[in-house]
Amino acid sequence: MRKIVSLCLACIVLLSTTVLAADSTHLNNQITVKPDADNAGLKLLPGFGALKVADNLGRTRHLVVNAQGDIYTKIMGRVASEKGIVKLHDSNGDGKADVITSFGNYGGTGIAIKNGYLYASSDEEVFRYKLDDKGAVLDTKQPEKIITGLKKGNQHETKSIALDNDGNIYVNIGAYSNSCQIEDRTKGSLGKMPCPILDSAGGIWQFKTSVLNQTYAQGERYATGLRNVVGLDWNSQLNQLFVMQHGRDQLHDLFPELYDERANAEKPAETMYAIKKGTNAGWPYVYYDPELNKKMVAPEYGGDAKKESTDPAFSNPTMAFPAHLAPNGLLFYTGNQFPEKYKNGAFIAFHGSWNRAPLPQAGYFVVFVPFENGKPTGKWEVFADGFSGMEVVTGTRGAAHRPCGLAQGPDGSLYVSDDVKGTIYRIVYNKETK
Amino acid sequence: MKAIKYGVVTLTAFFLINHQPISATEQPSPSTLKASIGRGKELYLLQCLACHQVDGGGVPHLNAPLDGSANVKGNNKARLIKIVLNGLKGEEIEGEAYGNVMAPHKDLTDQQIADILTYVRNNWSNKASQITSAEVKAIRAKNK
Ligand code: HEC
Repeated sequence: MRKIVSLCLACIVLLSTTVLAADSTHLNNQITVKPDADNAGLKLLPGFGALKVADNLGRTRHLVVNAQGDIYTKIMGRVASEKGIVKLHDSNGDGKADVITSFGNYGGTGIAIKNGYLYASSDEEVFRYKLDDKGAVLDTKQPEKIITGLKKGNQHETKSIALDNDGNIYVNIGAYSNSCQIEDRTKGSLGKMPCPILDSAGGIWQFKTSVLNQTYAQGERYATGLRNVVGLDWNSQLNQLFVMQHGRDQLHDLFPELYDERANAEKPAETMYAIKKGTNAGWPYVYYDPELNKKMVAPEYGGDAKKESTDPAFSNPTMAFPAHLAPNGLLFYTGNQFPEKYKNGAFIAFHGSWNRAPLPQAGYFVVFVPFENGKPTGKWEVFADGFSGMEVVTGTRGAAHRPCGLAQGPDGSLYVSDDVKGTIYRIVYNKETK
Repeated sequence: MKAIKYGVVTLTAFFLINHQPISATEQPSPSTLKASIGRGKELYLLQCLACHQVDGGGVPHLNAPLDGSANVKGNNKARLIKIVLNGLKGEEIEGEAYGNVMAPHKDLTDQQIADILTYVRNNWSNKASQITSAEVKAIRAKNK
């Protein structure tokens, strides 16, 4: 104990001297943000620190940071008047939001900034707001409605968005079903053939950013066979869309003679896909088994837990993750603040599972996947943990926070939103404490 | 299944002989309640656990909680029975919308539905009266 204390003291002395040294090399116009003493309750890798930028904002879903460091975050569900998008401003540079304003009368998940516009989605429409040269919305009351009439069912209703560099916007339209059964989520019910949902959902649609009131007629089904995507990002280095699919639920409940509780908890994988125009990920006909590393025929479509799918129409995932962790945020890191290995790699926010019961739940963390030459190197690692505030999450209701959205600040900080309490975290790298 | 039915019959018979007869409106004796809760627990684990979770807390915004729900503990037994028979979707519960669907469970017997509901009404922090197979039978007859 004493050893640790003296070590810590040494650290503090070392830290303060290095901080002083670092400060003197900077011009005095920049106050460095300090991580919270408890790193905002998160467990991080050595050298990283975290602070709570804001708290209790509501169901904060995706978020984006403008060039000035102001944060816009989208609120989900039924929102009070002018509470659909929250803007966070930090006027004294301590990293804590001290001016919190809001606008927009629709709930939703998607938000992004591109070429002087802020884009935000409800569960049926996408809007955009012109930004001024300070990154502030010019007219909060009258956004342009660029997309309308998107299908919204009883499940997977949120619309996530990503933009490319050629004037296109990509919108996830989730399948309003678990596995396209004749009777949804009913034991033994077989799959509809072909699955009629795929005509207007279960994929990514591409629209123009600058055309008003586009409907399905003007959009294009860019990728299909994706049950539900919440986390997606345009990888500018590869000039390609990447998405994270939420795999199907309830293999054991629906087909107990084929899958036991363990199989239910461990299958199917949550999957990352590098999307090309026309990619078909195979839902609902196949799922990806992370233990066999194969696409398997779904039990609703003649599968028996052992039958591999050899249909060439279906793409393989870029990477597979453990089942049911619910990837809600994807971000390719392009900043310079974090060590070199993070550059161009992917951060993924896993909202955390519910479909592993009676086994303990899992996820509730942010992971990192290093990329080399546009491909993951095959390993993922937990980057930030401790959001749930529990050692073991037995019931989802008990999780204090669930990571959802990811964003990168102009200085390379990583921002994470939580949609339970509406906490916004900022994760920074502090070279001195390495 | 048959065994359970016979068990209930013998148990009921036992009470008829040893105690005063139970009328439909009267509270069942503690031991029948206990037996029903025990059977209900097994069925809950198989049929309901995935969505409503071990702690009955459901999944925020996705699957409604059963623990602490005024509806689950309340007197509208018919509604609860109908939810299990017919499933539920797109219905707001106490101002909250849920982003999942609950499938119908018509294949469960009257006794099984009675047991599951009696269990969820008497587990976690919930405490409420038993639901009987006769009550389920009556609702099922009117349910199309
Ligand atoms: C596939 C997931 C799923 C399964 C399995 C499931 N439920 Fe549900 N249940 C739900 C959802 C979702 C709702 C809320 C639906 C809505 O609001 O439209 C719900 C609502 C309920 C309600 C109403 C709660 C209230 O406060 O009014 C009861 C009671 C209930 N379920 C009981 C059960 C029982 C008993 C079982 C097992 C036989 C079961 N459920 C299985 C998803 C499920």
